[in-house]
Amino acid sequence: MENRDQEEPGSGSGSGSVMCQLVNPEGDHLGAALYLPQNVGPPQLQEIVNHLLHNEDKLPYAFYIGDEELSVQLGAYMQQKNANVEVTLRIVYQPQAVFRIRPVNRCSATIAGHTEAVLAVSFSPDGRCLASGSGDTTVRFWDLNTQTPLFTCKGHKNWVLCIAWSPDGNHLVSGSKSGELILWDPKTGKQLGTPLTGHRKWITAVSWEPVHLQAPCRRFVSASKDGDARIWDITTRKCVIALTGHTNSVTCVKWGGDGLIYTGSEDCLIKVWETSQGKLVKTLQGHGHWVNSLALSTEYILRTGAYDHTGKTYSTADEMKEAALARYKKMRGNAPERLVSGSDDFTMFLWEPTISKQPKARMTGHQKLVNHVYFSPDGQWLASASFDKSVKLWNGITGKFVAAFRGHVADVYQISWSADSRLLLSGSKDSTLKVWDIRTHKLKQDLPGHADEVYAVDWSPDGEKVASGGKDRVLKLWMN
Amino acid sequence: MPQGDHIELHQKRHGRRLDYEERKRKRAAREVHKRSRDARQLLGAKGKRFAKKRYAEKAQMKKTLKMHDESTSRQKVDDVQEGALPPYLLDRDQTQRAKVLSNTIKQKRMEKAGKWEVPLPKVRPVAEEEMFKVLRTGKRKTKQWKRMVTKATFVGPGFTRKPPKYERFIRPTGLRFTKAHVTHPELKCTFNLDIISVKKNPNGQMYSTLGVLTRGTIIEVNVSELGLVTPAGKVVWGKYAQVTNNPENDGCINAVLLV
Repeated sequence: MENRDQEEPGSGSGSGSVMCQLVNPEGDHLGAALYLPQNVGPPQLQEIVNHLLHNEDKLPYAFYIGDEELSVQLGAYMQQKNANVEVTLRIVYQPQAVFRIRPVNRCSATIAGHTEAVLAVSFSPDGRCLASGSGDTTVRFWDLNTQTPLFTCKGHKNWVLCIAWSPDGNHLVSGSKSGELILWDPKTGKQLGTPLTGHRKWITAVSWEPVHLQAPCRRFVSASKDGDARIWDITTRKCVIALTGHTNSVTCVKWGGDGLIYTGSEDCLIKVWETSQGKLVKTLQGHGHWVNSLALSTEYILRTGAYDHTGKTYSTADEMKEAALARYKKMRGNAPERLVSGSDDFTMFLWEPTISKQPKARMTGHQKLVNHVYFSPDGQWLASASFDKSVKLWNGITGKFVAAFRGHVADVYQISWSADSRLLLSGSKDSTLKVWDIRTHKLKQDLPGHADEVYAVDWSPDGEKVASGGKDRVLKLWMN
Repeated sequence: MPQGDHIELHQKRHGRRLDYEERKRKRAAREVHKRSRDARQLLGAKGKRFAKKRYAEKAQMKKTLKMHDESTSRQKVDDVQEGALPPYLLDRDQTQRAKVLSNTIKQKRMEKAGKWEVPLPKVRPVAEEEMFKVLRTGKRKTKQWKRMVTKATFVGPGFTRKPPKYERFIRPTGLRFTKAHVTHPELKCTFNLDIISVKKNPNGQMYSTLGVLTRGTIIEVNVSELGLVTPAGKVVWGKYAQVTNNPENDGCINAVLLV
């Protein structure tokens, strides 16, 4: 008996191997199970996956065993976990972005000019222009090279609450507290035509039609406190369709890549509309309090359109449309579009609206209302910002809890992702921004500097800059 | 059948006159002349009624036209207030403000109530049948409007009863008190002090004016022999005390000084 016990560890450490099954994030198997030596680590696994998938380029992958990232060799991992060698090990390979964004660590510019709190900040889809909306009723464009004001656009009658760039980068639309929307030309800073009126109360959200459905972009949808969402055409300058169905303020609206519009409201409902006639397709129920925020798994791709990390420019609309469609299909794969809603009832729901009216998962854990939810650009992660001073990370496909980022000492208002899905930025009521590392689940960078609450944050799609604005009436640019 | 129905039936069967439309149009065109003549020639009440009707029509038409005119007065758009908030906080700030206001009100109420704390905050209410006894008067004892107080009472030194025909509430001399045993709650000593007045009876204002002394009553006592002085150096001679026993059963008044 004793001899046998002594022999087995010796033989195991000498020439044992581990049976592994490689699985993609949706759960599909990559070939049959493999016997791998114990000295195999993530670099060797990358070679194996690239070979089995017949990838021409060497794509980087991260490997997860039971929701935990594998960072050492298999032998060391087995010893750490005291795992059984005879059980097949299930390894999920996660594609990573081929580029890498460096974390921002310093404030490169403090741009004064606004005379009231900065309420909205947004980079253009290619990351070369920056726009901000403020309580002083102006929209401003900023020069990112010299870090100075470029244009000051006057025309609104009340606070500018939200701004949105068109995915082709040719227009900017801003909504104000008096219920009007104004279209701006970012090249000249001039107002295009008269304001678009129709809403009776303030605008809460704006979303453009994706560029792969219509190029050049000409339609967008706006949500308002009066309970309506309206589709506008910027060519005819008219409200094309009014999506009336909510009984209370519409807090969030998203135009999905399938041609559906999703609206979340304070009447605890999420409604799905189709965009040619404005018919109500589905009503998603489940929340017990206000729906504060919606997030689409393809939201980052729809926002940036055809512009990706290569920085390529397009001369015609058709080229842009094809590039955006190819990018959208590649990002989405075979899975349907996923939707997550964050609510005042401290929970979030994961939906697949094209498949079912039942939620796929209910994500609990926050201790106060969820104010903002945002999918990572590759759709693998979901981040949620809450008034319980924490940001939580969830699996974007299954809805499982991954990590909690604690470091803020007051309500977390807004979050933003870096373009490679490795870093997360959060802005808070405690006047700081924090950069979190998704891989190690730790604080990467603490960015104090604002004098008051931070209302809006955005990470530029080219990854070089972060913009933040808040109650102290200044716009701050951060870079590495 | 009425004549109108006969006419309609005939028109249904045989049609109208061939020049019906033309005559109708001309008659409508001549209507303005007829109305103008009526305005000039109607006399008396008919003329007044006609003018009133025409005036109402004219006023209504003017209002309708004015509705579509451009306004010349300068309209002020809603003010741009300070303290701009993003959309996700606009509906939320009101809740916080309401909570602060509610908390402030509660705090003020508590501070107010704290001024009036007494050793016995609540006492058992006394029924009217227990407080009064019906007194029958007159030769044949048929008059029953007088009441005799069955509790301890206090009357001032110069008290004189009302004439018997006008006195409804009778306070017996055997139940009248002029002194009270007052305990100082901090010094833990008791004094026999004169009562000055009855300040407040918890059972009601009527008993306060009658000078009824029940448990929980606030009385004013003469404390000049205690030697208390105010911060300004003057002698304190009146202080409040609260009755802590049932005087009508015990035959004496025990009270606690309110300090």
